[in-house]
Amino acid sequence: MNGSTLDFAHGGDRFAVQDLHEQLTHRAQAEGVLDVAYRTVDSPLGSLLLAATEVGVVRIAFERQDHDAALEELARRVSPRVLRAPARLDAVSRELDEYFAGRRRRFDVPVDLRLASGFRSRVLDVLQHIEFGTTRSYAGVAEQAGSPRAVRAVGTACARNPVPLVVPCHRVVRSDGGSGQYAGGAEAKGRLLDLERGVKVGS
Amino acid sequence: MSARVEPFERVVEEHGTVVLRVCRALVGPDAAHDAWSETFLAALVAYPRLRPGSDVRAWLVTIAHRKSVDVLRVRARQAVPVGDPPEPVSTGEHPGDGRSELWAAVAALPPKQRQCVAYHHVAGLPYDEVAALVGGTAAAARRAAADGMSTLRRTLREDQ
Repeated sequence: MNGSTLDFAHGGDRFAVQDLHEQLTHRAQAEGVLDVAYRTVDSPLGSLLLAATEVGVVRIAFERQDHDAALEELARRVSPRVLRAPARLDAVSRELDEYFAGRRRRFDVPVDLRLASGFRSRVLDVLQHIEFGTTRSYAGVAEQAGSPRAVRAVGTACARNPVPLVVPCHRVVRSDGGSGQYAGGAEAKGRLLDLERGVKVGS
Repeated sequence: MSARVEPFERVVEEHGTVVLRVCRALVGPDAAHDAWSETFLAALVAYPRLRPGSDVRAWLVTIAHRKSVDVLRVRARQAVPVGDPPEPVSTGEHPGDGRSELWAAVAALPPKQRQCVAYHHVAGLPYDEVAALVGGTAAAARRAAADGMSTLRRTLREDQ
């Protein structure tokens, strides 16, 4: 450090900062300046990034979508006041556990759909009403969203769904019976559809 | 070209430890945690208004500079006799590793030397930025830091 002969560094400081970080998230929450809280959780589909505003769950990202990139997008599009603060994600993380364990068929946590606008948010509204264990075609969703010819746009809206799993875009499949693309990967989509058909996931 | 907006979490990750050491040099080990908390809460509040491309560490040190004065003022006001002495705040120091002597020696420096040592030798700010914080010229800041460092070296050598 600038050629100083005095060593100001200390290994224990990293732990002290962890404690201080936790206090900071509590104070930020209490003062209403924790705009985006996030944590990561393990799931049968790999590590998931969960993020919530004060309104609700705003982002769920699969590992292959790059968690760092997802956090940067939140900083840019929602607020740079982003902190790792697990408490706000406790409910959704519990519900996801229950869902993957086959003990939950729908999510009750509030969602914040501010990352989707216009037609894409209309598509997400439709998706929220597709029941566990059932599927719709892209064309069917386009029709329900009020634009029967916007089949490709439905595909885009599903691919860019900011809150997959909780808003079940995996329940939209191709008319020819193929499961189609998925932000978490085609394999993950197949496993979710299996789970909802009562086939055990987890291999 | 607009700079990327870093999530605040990264600011804490990258600068949290250095700011803690700066606070310790400025207000001593007991009050350092208060100063750190006040600094980062204020930084979080102001963060969306920070111009992209700014020197984040220098910005945090500026806030720490201000908050340290506040924390010392509050501590001075609270220094009234009490029945039971409060539990000392853990500072992550290991007894006998020589660091409590280091921080005690830093605390014994005159305020300006202590600040210049903290901002230059702990935070790594160049002397013109140190001078902007403590007032005076860069040369004066360099002299104060050098005086502070030689006092520290002398004190710590005598201790051994």
